[in-house]
Amino acid sequence: MSLLEFRDVSVTYRGADADVPAVRGVSLSLDAGRTLGVAGESGCGKSTLASTVLRLLPESTKVTGEVLLNGEDILTMKWGKLRAVRWSEAAIVFQGALHSLNPVQSIGKQIAEPISLHKTSKNPNKRVGELLEQVGIPASRADAYPHQLSGGQRQRVMIAMALACAPSLIIADEPTTALDVMVQAQVLDLLSGLVRDLDMGMMLISHDLGILGTSCDDLAVMYAGRIVETGPAVEVFDRPEHPYTQALAGAFPRIGDPQARYRPIGLPGDPPYPGDIPTGCSFHPRCPAALTECSSVSVELRDAGPGRRAACIRVGS
Amino acid sequence: MSSVATQRRRLAAGHFWRRFRKDRAGMAGLVILAVFILTAIFGPLLISPDALDVTKADGDRFDSPSPSYPLGTDEAGRSILLMLALGTRISLTVGLAATFVAMVIGTSVGIMAGHFRGLSSHALVGVTDWFLVIPFLPLAIVLATVLGPSTLNLIIVIGVTSWASTARLIRAQTLSIEGRPYIERSKALGAGNWHQMSRHVLPNVFPLVLANTTLTVAIVILSETTLSFLGLGDPLAPSWGALLDRAFSTGAVSQGAWWYVLPPGICVVLVVLAFTLVGRAMERIVDPRGAAT
Amino acid sequence: MSLLQDVAVGEPDPIREPRLSGSTVKIVTGKVVRAIVTLAFVVLFNFVLFRMLPGDPIGMYTRGRNMDAEQIAALRAELNRPLWEQFIGYIRNPFDPGIDSVRFSRPVWEMIGERIWPTLLLLGTAIVLASIIGIWIGIRSGWKPGSRFDKFSTGTTLTLYSMPEFWLGMMLLIVFSVGAFGIPGMFPVGGISTPGVDTGSPAGWLDVMWHMVLPCTTLTLIYLADYSLVMRASLIDERKQEYLALARAKGLRDVMVRKRHAVPNALLPTITLIFLSLGFVVTGAITVETVFSWPGLGLLTYEALRGPDIPLLQAIFLLFSIAVIGANLIAELLYVVIDPRVRS
Repeated sequence: MSLLEFRDVSVTYRGADADVPAVRGVSLSLDAGRTLGVAGESGCGKSTLASTVLRLLPESTKVTGEVLLNGEDILTMKWGKLRAVRWSEAAIVFQGALHSLNPVQSIGKQIAEPISLHKTSKNPNKRVGELLEQVGIPASRADAYPHQLSGGQRQRVMIAMALACAPSLIIADEPTTALDVMVQAQVLDLLSGLVRDLDMGMMLISHDLGILGTSCDDLAVMYAGRIVETGPAVEVFDRPEHPYTQALAGAFPRIGDPQARYRPIGLPGDPPYPGDIPTGCSFHPRCPAALTECSSVSVELRDAGPGRRAACIRVGS
Repeated sequence: MSSVATQRRRLAAGHFWRRFRKDRAGMAGLVILAVFILTAIFGPLLISPDALDVTKADGDRFDSPSPSYPLGTDEAGRSILLMLALGTRISLTVGLAATFVAMVIGTSVGIMAGHFRGLSSHALVGVTDWFLVIPFLPLAIVLATVLGPSTLNLIIVIGVTSWASTARLIRAQTLSIEGRPYIERSKALGAGNWHQMSRHVLPNVFPLVLANTTLTVAIVILSETTLSFLGLGDPLAPSWGALLDRAFSTGAVSQGAWWYVLPPGICVVLVVLAFTLVGRAMERIVDPRGAAT
Repeated sequence: MSLLQDVAVGEPDPIREPRLSGSTVKIVTGKVVRAIVTLAFVVLFNFVLFRMLPGDPIGMYTRGRNMDAEQIAALRAELNRPLWEQFIGYIRNPFDPGIDSVRFSRPVWEMIGERIWPTLLLLGTAIVLASIIGIWIGIRSGWKPGSRFDKFSTGTTLTLYSMPEFWLGMMLLIVFSVGAFGIPGMFPVGGISTPGVDTGSPAGWLDVMWHMVLPCTTLTLIYLADYSLVMRASLIDERKQEYLALARAKGLRDVMVRKRHAVPNALLPTITLIFLSLGFVVTGAITVETVFSWPGLGLLTYEALRGPDIPLLQAIFLLFSIAVIGANLIAELLYVVIDPRVRS
């Protein structure tokens, strides 16, 4: 049984004038002890997809399909059970921006909150100290306020908070955006180390394919609400099959790789607005390898090698 | 060059109106205002000033509403309905005039305080802060007492005591506008202070000024009503506040003459509420951050 | 310990320690100085307004009043001194108990002293009640904007906010004191106590409270409209903050998210705004005390206005300004104390 499984999940926001489909028929799975990276530009639906795991979307949003956490469907769970599941079975590492933390409460108090709520420890304060040490912050800093910490420290507080109730799944949503490169590396090492040591599953979301390529086991690429490519992370990064992934990978050239000079760099245009998705393959307007069929035929994920799948008409031929 | 700008502004105005029409509360306010404005314009044309003349009044003292006097009579037997209609023009005129004074002062001070740096800016901000802190009514009373009771003085007093919050708002807006690149470019091209302020800052600040003006009128009308009630306005003008003052001083309250007290107050509430609704609707359109809800 | 400890050691992030002394003292001192400067300008304004304006100063002082020749002569002598001499004399003690009210021929500050307690009683009670009720309404409507409760309460509070407070007072008097629309009049028509009742006794206290019901209700309704609109706006802003999503993700119930996170943060600006609205409170007090003949500073202002009794008006203006400046200062200092972000 997978730790986390999305089965044909679709999410539609109720807009003022029309409905906006943010996620369209996504199926993914993640096992314990492994890391799944989800890559894509802003607006592709990756954060929305992550929000479904703890059912954090607004009331008016329509969610279909199944989101199975340890075998149980989150979407049909009773409210009380859902609240118990939140944080104790799956937790989210939000971006460590200043506003993600309550500015007038100490970080220790905020980390202790879920512990007291879910009663996962008899001595919350002691546990808070342990968690802080685990992420490399001195336990004495538990009384500090969020604005007294640096960006990197705040991100680590978010990680400590996510670990508070020893969940089996961690979802990290853009954990390294807005951090310096050096601090990024530290945070990523921290996360991977913790996942290994504590045998958790992790879903890592980022627009930075380079990060995902090096720190995840499996990788899924999203575009316009759909998965367009999946496979082992290193392979997807080194030998992308879908033109979109190729363009994303091309944005991160490898020094010393002579092939990098021949890859297409950059991508014209912007990702489509979710309310106005092109017909056929949603990527065709920007695709450098588009064929005439691409504007009318919509392609599902098809086999592109061992453990590899891509939603492109050119693949698997 | 100016025709392009004019065309664009006309387009923006049309866009603004389309969005305003969707706002139910705003439209309700607009309808109420239309009724009162029509009364203000046509009231004095249709009603003879004899309605105010004590010697010509032939109703009983404090007569409750009847078919001949739909809102009853005052202490001298005059029809309250007619006086109310006549007073509409005065209350609205004083309100709009005082608002004009307040907005001119407030906008100029605000733009200058935001535009200039150094001592002059500090001085303007200091003066603005002073007027913001000092409580309105005691200050207005003191000023009105010194100047004497007349409609013009009333307009001046209210204008002088109501400009400060506008100035603060406009200053903040000016500061944010001046941070934009096109201002720097215009400076590099040799634009002087006056040109920058009037040609660049003012048009950009204008929508906010409009919304703020509408809300200011609401406050000003309340202020005028209060000051007239205290006897600081022209004693002969039957503004709503003055009517309430007369009602109070002639003992309408102890007589239970509710028809003397209720109608002027309801008029004030309706007009102030209408301006508030319209102003808030404007704010919702103009301020994208959605500060007003 | 964790093998990740060494990752943390190399971290270049600075550690900022909280400092209560030093910068906080500087902030506080700065605000106190600003308040004193503002007050100084009030004193200056008072002086300038009444002595430097064109026109006949004697006429202004004696307008509508009869003063005997001796008083007029003394006044003329005073006003004929060089301006700077007058100013020195004025600022020596603006609270000089020697200044007499023109109208009542009693020391100005003695009169103010008599009238201050009824005002404090009335305003204090109204402010406390309005804060409690207004904040409660603001929270309920701000947490669920657009709900039926919100629509109803916002409509009501906006209407109250558009109302002249003295008009509300007069209507309440007509309905509940004199009796109208079928409701019998029960409450006193004005004043603070019934003549003949000893205000020191418990019965006297009840009598005072009975007299206070209508004026206090009027003021409470007007103030709570302001407070609830402020609280509502503050909470609506707070709802958009991201840390609330985090609180929900932790499994907190909606009520707890509101009580533990949103409201305390939204309360901060609301409380300070309540202090800052003392000017608005004072304005209401003047007219409402007049309508109910409540013997406080507001009624005194109205009586001084009728003169016009310039010395009395000046003194009252000074007092009200001090109160409002003081309240503003408290509001600013409160922020320094409560909000940890401002301290460091």
